[in-house]
Amino acid sequence: MSASTVSASPVSTARAPRSRRRLVGWFILPATAFLLVFFAYPLGNIIWRSFTEPSTGLENYTELLKDGVSVKILVRTLVTGLIVAACTLALAYPYAYAMTRVSPRARNLMTVVVLLPFWTSMMARNFAWYMLEQRDGLIDDAFSLIGIDGVVLLGSVAGVTVAMVQVMLPFMVLPLYSGMEGIDKRLLNAAGSLGAPRWRAFVQVYLPLSLPAVLSGFTLVFILTLGFYVTPALLGSPQQSLIPQLIATRVSDLLDFGGAGALGSVLLVVTLLALFVVSRFVNLSSTTEKAVTHE
Amino acid sequence: MSKEATATEPDAVPAEPAVEPAALRAGKDGGLGWGLKTVVALTSLVLIAPTAVVIPMSFSGGTTFAFPPKDWSLRWYESFFTSEAWMRALLTSVQLALLVAVTATVLGGAAAFGLNRAGFPGRGAIRSLVMAPLIVPSIVVAVSIYGVFLRWHLTGTPIGFVIGHTVMALPFVVTVMLTSLSGYDRTLDTAAATLGATPLTTFLRITVPLIAPGVMSGFAFAFVYSLDEVVIALFLQSPDITTLPVKMYNSITLEIDPTIAAASSLMVVATSFVLLIPQFVRRKRSTR
Amino acid sequence: MSQADHSKSPGNSHGIRIAGVSKVYAGTSRPAVDDVSLDIAPGEFITLLGPSGSGKTTMLSMLAGFVSVSAGKIEIDGKDVSRQKPHKRNLGVVFQQYALFPHMSVTKNIAFPLQQRRMPKAEIAAKVDEALRLVHLEEYADRLPSQLSGGQQQRVALARAVVYRPRALLMDEPLGALDRKLRDELQREIARMHRELGMTFIFVTHDQHEALTLSDRIAVFNEGRIEQVGTPSDLYERPETLFVAQFLGESTCFRGTVDVSAGVLRCGGFTPRAPRLDAGLDGSGGVAVVRPERLDLHSDAGSVPTGHNRVRATVTEIVYVGNHHQVGLRFADGTNGSAMRVAGRDLPAVPGEEVTVSWDPEHQSVVADPADEPTAERPAETLGAAAT
Repeated sequence: MSASTVSASPVSTARAPRSRRRLVGWFILPATAFLLVFFAYPLGNIIWRSFTEPSTGLENYTELLKDGVSVKILVRTLVTGLIVAACTLALAYPYAYAMTRVSPRARNLMTVVVLLPFWTSMMARNFAWYMLEQRDGLIDDAFSLIGIDGVVLLGSVAGVTVAMVQVMLPFMVLPLYSGMEGIDKRLLNAAGSLGAPRWRAFVQVYLPLSLPAVLSGFTLVFILTLGFYVTPALLGSPQQSLIPQLIATRVSDLLDFGGAGALGSVLLVVTLLALFVVSRFVNLSSTTEKAVTHE
Repeated sequence: MSKEATATEPDAVPAEPAVEPAALRAGKDGGLGWGLKTVVALTSLVLIAPTAVVIPMSFSGGTTFAFPPKDWSLRWYESFFTSEAWMRALLTSVQLALLVAVTATVLGGAAAFGLNRAGFPGRGAIRSLVMAPLIVPSIVVAVSIYGVFLRWHLTGTPIGFVIGHTVMALPFVVTVMLTSLSGYDRTLDTAAATLGATPLTTFLRITVPLIAPGVMSGFAFAFVYSLDEVVIALFLQSPDITTLPVKMYNSITLEIDPTIAAASSLMVVATSFVLLIPQFVRRKRSTR
Repeated sequence: MSQADHSKSPGNSHGIRIAGVSKVYAGTSRPAVDDVSLDIAPGEFITLLGPSGSGKTTMLSMLAGFVSVSAGKIEIDGKDVSRQKPHKRNLGVVFQQYALFPHMSVTKNIAFPLQQRRMPKAEIAAKVDEALRLVHLEEYADRLPSQLSGGQQQRVALARAVVYRPRALLMDEPLGALDRKLRDELQREIARMHRELGMTFIFVTHDQHEALTLSDRIAVFNEGRIEQVGTPSDLYERPETLFVAQFLGESTCFRGTVDVSAGVLRCGGFTPRAPRLDAGLDGSGGVAVVRPERLDLHSDAGSVPTGHNRVRATVTEIVYVGNHHQVGLRFADGTNGSAMRVAGRDLPAVPGEEVTVSWDPEHQSVVADPADEPTAERPAETLGAAAT
């Protein structure tokens, strides 16, 4: 290496970052433009159409309130979302807690099991629940064994809920586990030494410390559940439909983009509201990222 | 959450090694209680049940969805691989998924690189935009895209599918690649520069090999996402372009044909396989 | 109560008694704690000292009830508590990493044990105030643990562990995470608290200086067993095993064969006199241990007092350590050793020169040579003890 190269390099490394930083900034342009055109614009467009089709005004929204069905379905959708989130939490909390307590090998196995829904294609999963929940399916048979006949979940909100809980479990378990892992287990010992029985140590120390993870997992599951179309369409029934089915029907059968847009906007507002409330307590985006990257 | 770590002074004495699995540091000794074990078993059952049912079902000899099957055969695999409709759906799905994976990896990779390296105003807004398709209810995204694609005549076209799926796959790709990039030690660039490497050489010989596993994960995610996606595909489908998941959907709602069991099993195996490749490569690399 | 006192073994109705306690963790074969017995008097400050993995923390965990006892029993005030849950034992525990509840303020942390005991609110407030004063943290009452420095957090932990007047305070390397200056400061604080509270303190550390300065008695742990229990000066001046001699302070160790009838240790080149030899060691390997400050150096052999052991050595190095010089020595038989010379006194030699080394046999201990037992590992000739 020549002497001039050596003396020149510090200068170039000192100057490079700045110009390169600006250059690197352009890298985000294609994706940004892509999403603006093919995601943000369509979304804005359908909201716009909800106020303009068939005529300008709030007609689509007042219609929702008046038709007597939409509000009922909306409430059912929200309640289903809450139930799914609550059931998922009830199963995921002990599961995630157990993950923090077992040996690393058992933990790896539990992680693989919890990721199964991610690895099982959506249609395969729904088809499997279809088989399990049908008349004389495995669930019906199992309940018959203990003397309860006719447990046919297929075609009911319960059937939809069970299938959704399964898909949503990873989204709850992973944030919970990562939150719980950050809790110092010695705190429970400390509480014990200070006179708290195990259950009270759990309630007063562990539970409050895991609450942020609970909150973000719960919200994430609730929000994602609101948008589910395939599961209710296949496992639910038209008599007990949820908002996504209603939206799909409006669009594909009636080409009523205005009405569908209004329903979609309501769903969107509920989502944003939930996000806003929760974001005051926890950082949801990091939770989402953790769930997505399986950490 | 582990704030204690920051309070540890530099002079700190290392904690006692594993010789003493000291309970003052870890939890109580002993396993899980039976109550906890029961809930874990129940949860595992819910998680495993679908997969555990689909694969045996595909080897059924009967023509109904009765489970467990009375006799066994490969007839549904035969039916799958000899049916022109199923094979066309499979081919369509794989082709689209490859295109989506390439598009999403290029767009998402560049975006992740830009977000990681560049500091500029509005960075947070752009991150939110990228993550938004995950948060907006998926049915709303599907219907919105369908709405404009009808006007742009993109429904029933390959490019329409690729665009629709790429929108949804981007959050996954960007997140996976950002995670990978944030683990990248930037001083390596500086080190390479002091050793006489040009920025291009540094990028090609240092940066690319180190972030390759992240890129592969992103690619695999996008591929699997598109292969599996059904809501957007349902809206954009046409008699000419029907993806495998749409064909499966129709098979459940219209035909009730156990060939779907074979298709499902193949999907499970394919998905797992594709998602495992990056993991496998990463492990091999770290043991080397 | 009084009935219970009568039914228990007399003479030990108070204090803490560890009787033949062992712990074998699931999946391990070697016991972490191996048949340990120890009586701790009320109000005593006792330190469990030992290197990493010697079983001292496991012992403390069993006392606190975090870890079950595999064999033996633990009695507190004459009552067997071996199977009692931690929250029933009424002991205070201070953890190395503080273990403060991160979601509670300093006040709430300290109030926690009082609330568990269902104390009235007014009384809790008074006790918390008193505890805060004890550790000089009155103005930090409303802070969260994360807003405090490491030293302050440990003070809160101390306050929390003593506020309910437990029967004893257990501390697991409480100063381990702090830097040297804070460690010294908190050491003094702990000593003061011990004086003021009159409570039994059981202190776990691997730091010999901490153990020597703080304790009434020290129990030295090694490989799950207690090597020796005694006052700091007992252990320093009269180590009973080579491990204790080498773990606590520095020493020069001469290896040889014990001859009880002659009252000497037969080393390679010389035979130092050795009073008070253990008859059981006769004919087997022994090690004469002498502390550096007990070694006198003479350029002239004539100035050695009569009755003192003497041997020639070469000075290998002289290190200035502020208040003294450390003189490295090499003896004829190859043993390395070191002597201490208070600064200000003349040094009798420069490196490379020969000197006569002497010491009073009273200040030397002869211990069994573990190298004589085929299973034991042969330790280094001379060991600057672990911490230095």
